Amino acid sequence: MPIPVRLRVNNAPRQHDIEPRLLLVHYLRDVCGLTGTHVGCDTSICGACTVLVDGKAVKSCTMFAIQADGSDVTTIEGIATNGHLHRVQQGFWDCHGLQCGFCTPGMIMASVHLLAGNASPSRAEIADGLRGNLCRCTGYSHIIDAVAQAANSTEVTHG
Amino acid sequence: MADTIGTPYVGRAMKRVEDPRLIKGLATYVDDIRLPGLLHAVILRSPHAHARIGRVDVSAARAIPGVVAVLTGADVNAACGLVPCAAAIPDLKAPKHTVLAGDRVYFVGHAVAVAVATDPYIARDAIDAIDVDYDPLPAVTNPEEAVKSGTPLTHPDLGSNIAYTHVVAGGSDIDEAFRRADRVVKHRLCHQRLTPMPIEPRGVVASYDPGEGTLTLWTATQIPHLLRTLLPGMIGVPENKLRVVAPEVGGGFGAKLNVYPEEALCAHLAMRLNAPVKWIESRRENAASTIHGRDQIGEYEVAVKKDGAILGIRTRTVADLGSYLQLLTPAIPTLTGLVLTGCYRIPAVKMEIVGVYTNKMATDAYRGAGRPEATYLIERLMDVVARELGIDRVDLRLKHFPAPAEFPFATSCGLTYDSGNYQGALTKARQLANWDQLLKDRAAARAAGRLSGIGISTYVEICAMGPSKAMPAGGWEWGCVRMEISAKVTVITGVSPHGQGQETTFAQFVADRLGVLMEDIVVLHGDTNVAHYGRDTYGSRGTAVGGSAIVMCIDKIVAKAKTLAAHLFETTADHVVFEKGTFRAPGVTNREIGWPELAGEAYVAKNLPAGLEPGLEASSFYEPQNFTFPFGTHIVAVEVDRDTGHVAITKYVAVDDCGPQINPLIVEGQVQGGIAHSIGQVLFEQTIYDENGQLLTGELMDYALPRAADIPEYILGSTVTPSPVNPLGIKGVGEAGTIGATPAIANAVLDALQPLGVTHLDLPMTPERVWQAIKTRTAAPVGA
Repeated sequence: MPIPVRLRVNNAPRQHDIEPRLLLVHYLRDVCGLTGTHVGCDTSICGACTVLVDGKAVKSCTMFAIQADGSDVTTIEGIATNGHLHRVQQGFWDCHGLQCGFCTPGMIMASVHLLAGNASPSRAEIADGLRGNLCRCTGYSHIIDAVAQAANSTEVTHG
Repeated sequence: MADTIGTPYVGRAMKRVEDPRLIKGLATYVDDIRLPGLLHAVILRSPHAHARIGRVDVSAARAIPGVVAVLTGADVNAACGLVPCAAAIPDLKAPKHTVLAGDRVYFVGHAVAVAVATDPYIARDAIDAIDVDYDPLPAVTNPEEAVKSGTPLTHPDLGSNIAYTHVVAGGSDIDEAFRRADRVVKHRLCHQRLTPMPIEPRGVVASYDPGEGTLTLWTATQIPHLLRTLLPGMIGVPENKLRVVAPEVGGGFGAKLNVYPEEALCAHLAMRLNAPVKWIESRRENAASTIHGRDQIGEYEVAVKKDGAILGIRTRTVADLGSYLQLLTPAIPTLTGLVLTGCYRIPAVKMEIVGVYTNKMATDAYRGAGRPEATYLIERLMDVVARELGIDRVDLRLKHFPAPAEFPFATSCGLTYDSGNYQGALTKARQLANWDQLLKDRAAARAAGRLSGIGISTYVEICAMGPSKAMPAGGWEWGCVRMEISAKVTVITGVSPHGQGQETTFAQFVADRLGVLMEDIVVLHGDTNVAHYGRDTYGSRGTAVGGSAIVMCIDKIVAKAKTLAAHLFETTADHVVFEKGTFRAPGVTNREIGWPELAGEAYVAKNLPAGLEPGLEASSFYEPQNFTFPFGTHIVAVEVDRDTGHVAITKYVAVDDCGPQINPLIVEGQVQGGIAHSIGQVLFEQTIYDENGQLLTGELMDYALPRAADIPEYILGSTVTPSPVNPLGIKGVGEAGTIGATPAIANAVLDALQPLGVTHLDLPMTPERVWQAIKTRTAAPVGA
């Protein structure tokens, strides 16, 4: 039986009647049409589905959409401002922090959360902060470069 | 650096053209495709490794509102052809590989039935409501036991578990080599089974247009063109009415170099139900039902003289193929035999390969495919020989390297290595690693009671696949370059990149050669309606083979443009000079013509010389005359924790020679990514089936991929030895890291444990296994 959910996604109010069992990731992808958030596993291990819920990094494949009722959700589509890339996005582009790109949205969202809690992390702290996100292409080294660059960058750059 | 025409792009670390859509979340992977009326398929898979299927009751599933169809093998197999294997091995015994299971299941994850519904959640409910009676049968799980007579059979109808026995041999007489030997060094080496685990699982969307009779298949694949060649035989849609699209693809590593049952199944469902059908693989399905890699066990013998001269290597290797032959399953172990002598002059070699069926998922190409196996074997054996003879392991390697002047170098395995300077890469790696200091540090650490080790591997690989006569389905590549009327450039390639960055690297060299800006170039790929021909992406072939086809197109376009320019200059083509995007005729006229004017003339076509066709477009098939043979040296320092068995990589140096580098940042990314796969293989990863054939590593919770904190900081270097095989001189780099790194890391761990008398450990060298070895001070038993 569908039940109502009200939340904000990327600063826009959303209201839908949804099945209680609908996962947040499928709500974002299939109901809101925001397909930048990916599904890479079923068990919260890979992190490809990472989004921010009220500013905290959350694996949206293991949260029901109704649990986000009243929350502020930010996805990869929502972090650029006025067409300007977020500094973490810019870091990933500059440092070749992605290859196939499938883990990248989750990796970027986890990095945004990481930098919100630690503005100037060491390389070891970046690696530890990304322990919930798997990448099979890059070998992580360029990802750590990307987050380190973002940490050192205060300017908003053009996308 | 500002981009101006004439400033070379090649050699620069250009940011990737692909990235903006990927970092903004705007790329379209298969699961992102939305079509009106789309139905969702979910597959019921066998929980048993081997069982007879009794009654299958789908009535409850069909009764669920929203369920459109629930079908079993009895419903679909007759309408679908068999899943193809392209590898030809003499006397190969092959089981019939139907799209869904028939009266038996042969591995955990074997597809038994499919439910199609208006919503994926409902389709999942439906498969939960299917009732299957299984009658479990004995499972074959140990390939070495499986070859013995009187053991249970994976496929009773084949009469044997042995798929084939194949001998790769060459050089001088192997028996004579062993007769002449002062000593025979024996060693048993295993390559564990691995799961490729691209972060995007597989997925398929099929859509049929009954009016046109055309079928479009979007699939997460490395091989849209091979699918277009092979699927018609399965689904009855002719090749010229089948469009295969590899949209954005989230990693492959060989796992998506296959024709899978689900691709034919979705096509069949779309036609049968007259609606588009999507199937998206879950991670659990990916672990069980997408190909695995490696899984070879071999007994190796090396014939050596007292001075260390290696006279020959012989082995009998058992390769666990799993239950079915996927596209290249039986060929992968034979690739191991082709490069078993590594970068060494070894006069005689003989490898007997026994391919064995077991009740497991099929093995097939996984990053490196056959060459990581060979490199691990020869590089472990070099260390074992050096230790047993008391010879320095670097000296032993140097002693067997061919000299740079000896290339092209014919190996006893029957290959001709194109170019190489193995000494150069080794020297550079030792310099970067500060080798003498490493030895001192190790001595100091050991004196202090710590377990410190240094590992080295020198490798060569077979890449740029390959000459058509050596490939199952042609090894050429196709490309097309079009100078548009607007002087924008459209490049179309038959390779199918999925992370390798060829939209960028191709644009770099095309821009240089045509004298245009990179931003004016678009590189298209992965859609058989756009790139009509291609042999796709695998075997480090994309740039070396695919790029060479593009070079041929550019040469044709420039030649045609010169003819047109000569006409406009009222002279002959031999007076026309082309440089940095501008045509001139020195001594004839001061007039210059750039691409905008020339392209306009070519397409408006009011003033063309007699016999010249309008337009500026060329397509080419490039046929490589040989493989290429990248090489390098990896050096690793580790420290092993005595109390926990944990291995810490304290230094990692890689010097890779992939020929000239178009984009060093992308090359670096390929090398780092490849090394990470090896760190996983040596320290963490293993696909495990228990004695009943139950898959114990069926999720990312149980299969340990490396994480960011497991990765050391790399010191990367390169040497540049161009290949004479192709016009770019490029050798390829996609698999180098995986091939060079595995033995280097393994050798380092064993070097660290050498003072304890540990001479061997199986992969993966997990903390538990290392700790056990330290505790017992002896080798852990094989398969432990």
